[in-house]
Amino acid sequence: MLKIKDLHASVDDKEILRGINLEVKAGEVHAIMGPNGSGKSTLASVIAGNERFEVTQGSIELSGEDLEEVSPEERAHKGVFLSFQYPVEIPGVSVTNFMKTAINESRKAKGLEDMPAKDMLKLIREKSELLEIDRKFLSRSLNEGFSGGEKKRNEIFQMAMLEPKIAILDETDSGLDIDALRIVASGVNKLKSKDNAVILITHYQRLLEYIVPDFVHVLHNGKIVKSGGKELALELEEKGYDWLKQETAV
Amino acid sequence: MAYTEEELKKELETKEYEYGFYTDIESDTFPIGLNEEIVIAISKKKEEPEWMTLWRLEAFKIWKEMEEPKWANVHYEKPDFQKISYYSAPKSADPNKTLDDVDPDLLEMYRKLGISVDEQKKLQNVAVDIVVDSVSVATTFKKTLAEKGIIFMPISEAIKEHPELVKKYMGTVVPKTDNFYAALNSAVFTDGSFCYIPKGVRCPMELSTYFRINQAGTGQFERTLLIADEDSYVSYLEGCTAPSRDENQLHAAVVELIALDGAEIKYSTVQNWFPGNKEGKGGVYNFVTKRGLCEKNAKISWTQVETGSAVTWKYPSCILKGDNSIGEFYSIAVTNNYQQADTGTKMIHLGKNTRSTIISKGISAGKSQNSYRGLVQVSSRADGARNFSQCDSLLMGNECGAHTFPYIEAKNKTAMIEHEATTSKIGEDQIFYCNQRGIPTEKAIALIVNGFSKEVLNKLPMEFAVEAQKLLEISLEGSVG
Repeated sequence: MLKIKDLHASVDDKEILRGINLEVKAGEVHAIMGPNGSGKSTLASVIAGNERFEVTQGSIELSGEDLEEVSPEERAHKGVFLSFQYPVEIPGVSVTNFMKTAINESRKAKGLEDMPAKDMLKLIREKSELLEIDRKFLSRSLNEGFSGGEKKRNEIFQMAMLEPKIAILDETDSGLDIDALRIVASGVNKLKSKDNAVILITHYQRLLEYIVPDFVHVLHNGKIVKSGGKELALELEEKGYDWLKQETAV
Repeated sequence: MAYTEEELKKELETKEYEYGFYTDIESDTFPIGLNEEIVIAISKKKEEPEWMTLWRLEAFKIWKEMEEPKWANVHYEKPDFQKISYYSAPKSADPNKTLDDVDPDLLEMYRKLGISVDEQKKLQNVAVDIVVDSVSVATTFKKTLAEKGIIFMPISEAIKEHPELVKKYMGTVVPKTDNFYAALNSAVFTDGSFCYIPKGVRCPMELSTYFRINQAGTGQFERTLLIADEDSYVSYLEGCTAPSRDENQLHAAVVELIALDGAEIKYSTVQNWFPGNKEGKGGVYNFVTKRGLCEKNAKISWTQVETGSAVTWKYPSCILKGDNSIGEFYSIAVTNNYQQADTGTKMIHLGKNTRSTIISKGISAGKSQNSYRGLVQVSSRADGARNFSQCDSLLMGNECGAHTFPYIEAKNKTAMIEHEATTSKIGEDQIFYCNQRGIPTEKAIALIVNGFSKEVLNKLPMEFAVEAQKLLEISLEGSVG
């Protein structure tokens, strides 16, 4: 589904990604771990098409289509979703209104009419229950005054509403207490299917106890230095990143 | 591909002014210049009674001695008042004509504006008094209103048909001596609307006026007088669109509202005069004096969406004379490219337990300058007066400016005055967040701006809210950087 080949990307002429290779197939869950500054969030932003980063080499393909000339909104329409590490606030725009706009823009791009209000309400009800979200929450301004946990839960709610093909969760576990983590993880697990895929970006193994990955990759200095099964995460937890840094230092 | 700052700027190049067409209608236009003869000629043209002519002449005398105000945070080339023609009426205008008789060119112009008389007639609960240049062309729903005793007509007709009301109230809220532009307007106003709501009557429909400047180089001097008698209610909508011209056009209107004991007036404006092109050439100079007087337990609410004009100088105000009276001001002012706006309100608390609310939302983009200027004044006998003011500014890019000038003068110790102010900027990260959810940049800006302006948009009558939102979108296209 997602094929990343020799991806190099930089910001302000500083190279951050230095040749990433990654293939994610439908139905799979991949975890990307690594120390601070290893390029995890950059990778997420580049897949989503954030042009603050310049792709200098390599390619990203989604279902066989090269994404180089595809705008961020078109990528979203094609099923790319990014759960932001730091979701932005948009004062005066309710969660409901924001989602309605997002869904209808996506439908418009596909030549469909706006979703009827009745269907929209039904969808909202269904997905908010899935994530145990109080409906009052949905009339609040997007992320304005939300706690860290509320912001993350709201990201996953949006993911549930938009039903992406590939969801990248950038440190969704940070700022979550254990109850919120459980709810978010159970939401993601319920949304998982054989037709979609998830990339989890995380520091810690904690999240992976709830969302079990098929593959774990370790990112260091803009490269994937080690890949393995879920047991790799445990090994990292035990030994820290230093042993890998030593192992890969040349 | 996605947008970087530079590309955003380029991609969002200003859309040409939507209503920038010019309808070729034969006009009856006075020679340029202003003197007593011209003032008399205007009065004569309008077939006015002598008292009105004398009133105008007195105003002209006052005006001659006055100077243009220089305190506003705007910079422009002063208009040469001797190079303006002070009267222009479409030749085909005749109030006795039916729709079938109306000049097809005129109807075509309405159609382009989306306010065709035909359409308007069908609009439920909206009576429209359409002003093209200076003469009212069509008045609808007059009969329905007459049944309730409501008078809604061009002010030129009211001067002839209801002289007692006009004489009693005109100039009482905005005196001829008030300011340079008000004095000028008093001398040369050509038309506008007059409205009277009788005691205890709730006006069953939104009253609406569309103004337009059509003739090149013609000044526009509208005069509106609205009287809500005791315990009555009226909601009045005023909308403006103007075609694009190269030379600057002067617009100096006066609006006077009188809310007698227990009456309520809601006055909403969407202003979309030609703002000039993206190099800052052309555009309307909008120097408006709007003021309302509240008697006991009365309420006046101003709501404005200001998107147009090259230079705006406008402070819809309330004189809270009666005890327990309420004044409100809700404003969205958008400036883009080289537009300059200096706008706000004055809340003058004279009566006891008077209350006022000010919500001002300024949105600046391009190289524009947007200033809020407000005065909250509490007199020594206004016990228990309260005011709440909130001024928010939203900036797009690094070349525009937002300024806030709040003045507070409290002479009574029991006064409670609160002022809040915020400034924010539309960020690349907000745009990217929206993009990532599938929302294109233009739509994202509209969403963010509408969210920012929501408290004010919510105050607009339904009929206007949609148009206002559309206007915000149009005016800000070509703005994010």
